Amino acid sequence: MKLEFEMDTYKSEIKPTWCPGCGDFAVLRALQTAIHALQLEPWNLLIVSGIGCSSNLPHFLSTYGFHAIHGRALPVAEGAKLANPELEVIVTGGDGDGYGIGVGHFIHAMRRNFDITYLVMNNQIYGLTTGQASPTSEKGMKTKSTPIEGVIENPVDPISLALASGATYVARAFSGDVKTMAELVKNGIQHHGFALIDCMSPCVTYNKINTYDFFRERVYDLQKEGHDSSDMKAAFAKAIEWPFVQRDRIPLGLFYRTEDVPTYEDLEPALKKGPPVRQPLGVENPDELLREFL
Amino acid sequence: MAKNDLVFRIGGAAGDGVSSTAESFAKMSARSGLHTWTYSSYQSVIRGGHVWTQIRGSLGPVLSHGVDPDVVVALNQQSMDVHQGDVVEGGAIVYDTDGTKPDPAKLRRNVRLIGIPLRKKAQTLSPNALMRNTVALGAVVKLFDIDFRHVESAFKDIWGDKKPEIVQQNIAAAKLGAEAVGQMGGSLNLGLPYSNEAKYLMTGNEAICLGALAAGVKFLAQYPMTPASSILHWMASHGPKYGVVVKQVEDELAAMNMTVGAGFAGVRAMTATSGGGFCLMVEAIGQAGMTETPLVAVLVQRSGPSTGLPTKTEQGDLNLALGAGQGDWPRAILAPRNPEECFRQAAQAFNLAEIYQTPIILISDLYLGEGYRTVEKLDFNVPIVRGMMAADGGTAKDFMRYRITESGVSPRALPGMKGFQHVAATDEHMENSELISDVLAGLPEHVEERRKMHAKRMRKLDGLRKDTPPPELWGPKNADLTLLIWGSTWGPAHEAIIQVDETEGVKVNSLEFPTIFPFHAEQTEQLLRGAKQTLAVEGNYTGQFTRLLRAETGHKADRFYGKSDGEPFTWRDIADHILEAVA
Ligand SMILES: Cc1ncc(C[n+]2csc(CCOP(=O)(O)OP(=O)(O)O)c2C)c(N)n1
Ligand code: SF4
Ligand SMILES: [Mg+2]
Repeated sequence: MKLEFEMDTYKSEIKPTWCPGCGDFAVLRALQTAIHALQLEPWNLLIVSGIGCSSNLPHFLSTYGFHAIHGRALPVAEGAKLANPELEVIVTGGDGDGYGIGVGHFIHAMRRNFDITYLVMNNQIYGLTTGQASPTSEKGMKTKSTPIEGVIENPVDPISLALASGATYVARAFSGDVKTMAELVKNGIQHHGFALIDCMSPCVTYNKINTYDFFRERVYDLQKEGHDSSDMKAAFAKAIEWPFVQRDRIPLGLFYRTEDVPTYEDLEPALKKGPPVRQPLGVENPDELLREFL
Repeated sequence: MAKNDLVFRIGGAAGDGVSSTAESFAKMSARSGLHTWTYSSYQSVIRGGHVWTQIRGSLGPVLSHGVDPDVVVALNQQSMDVHQGDVVEGGAIVYDTDGTKPDPAKLRRNVRLIGIPLRKKAQTLSPNALMRNTVALGAVVKLFDIDFRHVESAFKDIWGDKKPEIVQQNIAAAKLGAEAVGQMGGSLNLGLPYSNEAKYLMTGNEAICLGALAAGVKFLAQYPMTPASSILHWMASHGPKYGVVVKQVEDELAAMNMTVGAGFAGVRAMTATSGGGFCLMVEAIGQAGMTETPLVAVLVQRSGPSTGLPTKTEQGDLNLALGAGQGDWPRAILAPRNPEECFRQAAQAFNLAEIYQTPIILISDLYLGEGYRTVEKLDFNVPIVRGMMAADGGTAKDFMRYRITESGVSPRALPGMKGFQHVAATDEHMENSELISDVLAGLPEHVEERRKMHAKRMRKLDGLRKDTPPPELWGPKNADLTLLIWGSTWGPAHEAIIQVDETEGVKVNSLEFPTIFPFHAEQTEQLLRGAKQTLAVEGNYTGQFTRLLRAETGHKADRFYGKSDGEPFTWRDIADHILEAVA
């Protein structure tokens, strides 16, 4: 069967500017594969990002994009989604962007359960600003900003945070396995509700600890080990395995998914009339409106 | 001179129901046909602390909340202590004889003391403590000879058909108050000929909401902050009916960023806040300037710095609005002077935002935003102009979102429009959205690309200057003194000008600025040419506007009267400074 959109339809003319070997190439590829598999219309797809190496991603695709400021991709995306809920809205960015400066928005977007897919390229470092500690840097990691003792804070665990905050699709992927990542992204886009896909995406330039090999030695597939992704308690138990409980085994795959929760868009009263972007402007009967002031 | 207005002040502790009683009275005044104006002085706590509201009703247009009251209701001893000395000769003080005592030595001549056991009387009807305010209100209505039917209709508005017994109890309570006054000398006999033709009464914030609705706003994201919160409240209850998404969000960062997202997706979008919240919005409003995203931001000022005086007025955030965001980007700042202008400018702001694809800031303040004023019937037939869209003529093939144009405005496309896909970028970019920082930085072309793109955006200021309302000169042409004013200072300033003319024969006019930025320098210079002496009056410490005026025109105001004590200007404040200047 001939598909309407080829893989290349989704590519823009701009070549990715990432370092050779950067994990973000895999995330771009996985996203492109997913939207191709779903045959999404590029003009009805909006990709919003913040600032960071990873946040440059929207430029490399032929969809609509909004390359926002650092840490604010989610609220920009939420505003766009509310204005036009018919858009497929995907947010991309880094760990600093989403779990550091933007972590407040991260929690609130999830508790609202917007129908938005969020791909975080988690390299456990600040790439664009040349290698400072990130909120997911491991304890003890020496970086430009933690040169003496290494990081002395605990890392943020985005998976537990997402489960606790009301995300309804929570997954972790790895840039070393594009195929599985693409599948998780595709399912995330199709999911009706907020989907977080935390993508372990090695920074080959500034993170010499959490490398491809580091992950290859440790990752395992949740689904292959029979994890029940409809069970929130089991999801929490799996979530805390890494980095909290131990460092030897890192679960990948779908932690949790439920379709039973209405999205924000389902509940917002103003959207009952249809997409605001298509509603008539102005007030039909001003006298009725003015009466309360008389 | 026959008296043509009434001034009523009510004071009590926070939680005593002062503001709702005052609101009811304001409604009655407007329904009696009086031009009405209110000012509430209140605290940032919910219980305790002293609060008072002043309402002025006038046969002719009213320009300020007035100075000294004809009638004071003192709901506690503190209110008595604070306000008894202000009551005009021949006026009256209504108070609860249980627990409140006037000090005759502090009163002006012939002030009538109307002591009523307010609480005891109220308790004969209902255990509700707030009912004593209704007894007092009945007394005030009688003192001013207001038609009792307005009392009944005000209570019906509040409790509606659902609680007829409460309406009846309150009517009975008001009657008790009125009867008490009847037994203690009757009304003040002000002789105001009430027309009883109801006038529209609203706050500046409500007028902004109405203007936004008239212009077709479809999105409001906001985080509560006095004195902007009533915009959120009004829109939350009315918006959905008109298809407006109204969202209280996690903080002002989110409020502005969501507004940017909604504006980008193609709806008319707004946010509102006060100075503290606006501080959190500055990075994101610059983002809108850079990505050329339309939006309207309402900044209702209160006293700063920092948390400041949360419930007090000031005009101290002009520099904040002028300088918000890093780098230079085009913006317009409109400063409404009264509710009618709040309505008109709010509606206009959405057109400007979309025509010029950039943020428009509406700067107001607590005095204007929260005070109730009567207004003429608002005309909802406002022009709606949505600006240049790529699909209107251009083809997808040669579409570039940031095309360099003479006006600085490039064709816009909304997500969903087939073939016009592009990335809106906060990094400096080329016509096709490609980032200069990534691709070109280091190459010599970068300098030219950047220069061209920056100049393109800034050219929008020329159009904005043409499309925004110019400065206006109000009052006699040949004046001894010209006031320089903006925003809510308008009312008290006009009243001061009228008063000094009537009482002293001093001729003063005022140069006022419905648009603060882009500055209309040429017209300003022209209008200033005939000025003999200038007095800048603004509600801040350093003269933020006065300095802008000097920077833009070279004109240094001869005199400056800045006020930042939290209370609004009264006409008398300004009149005193006028007389000092022309002495
Ligand atoms: C408000 C603000 N603060 C700081 C920066 C500088 N900055 C740009 S990207 C970045 C961190 C990027 O890290 P991450 O989000 O993990 O992205 P990565 O480059 O690793 O993909 C920082 C601190 C900025 N652009 N804006
Ligand atoms: S610095 Fe790191 S994150 Fe950035 S592009 Fe290079 S490898 Fe990727
Ligand atoms: Mg990172």
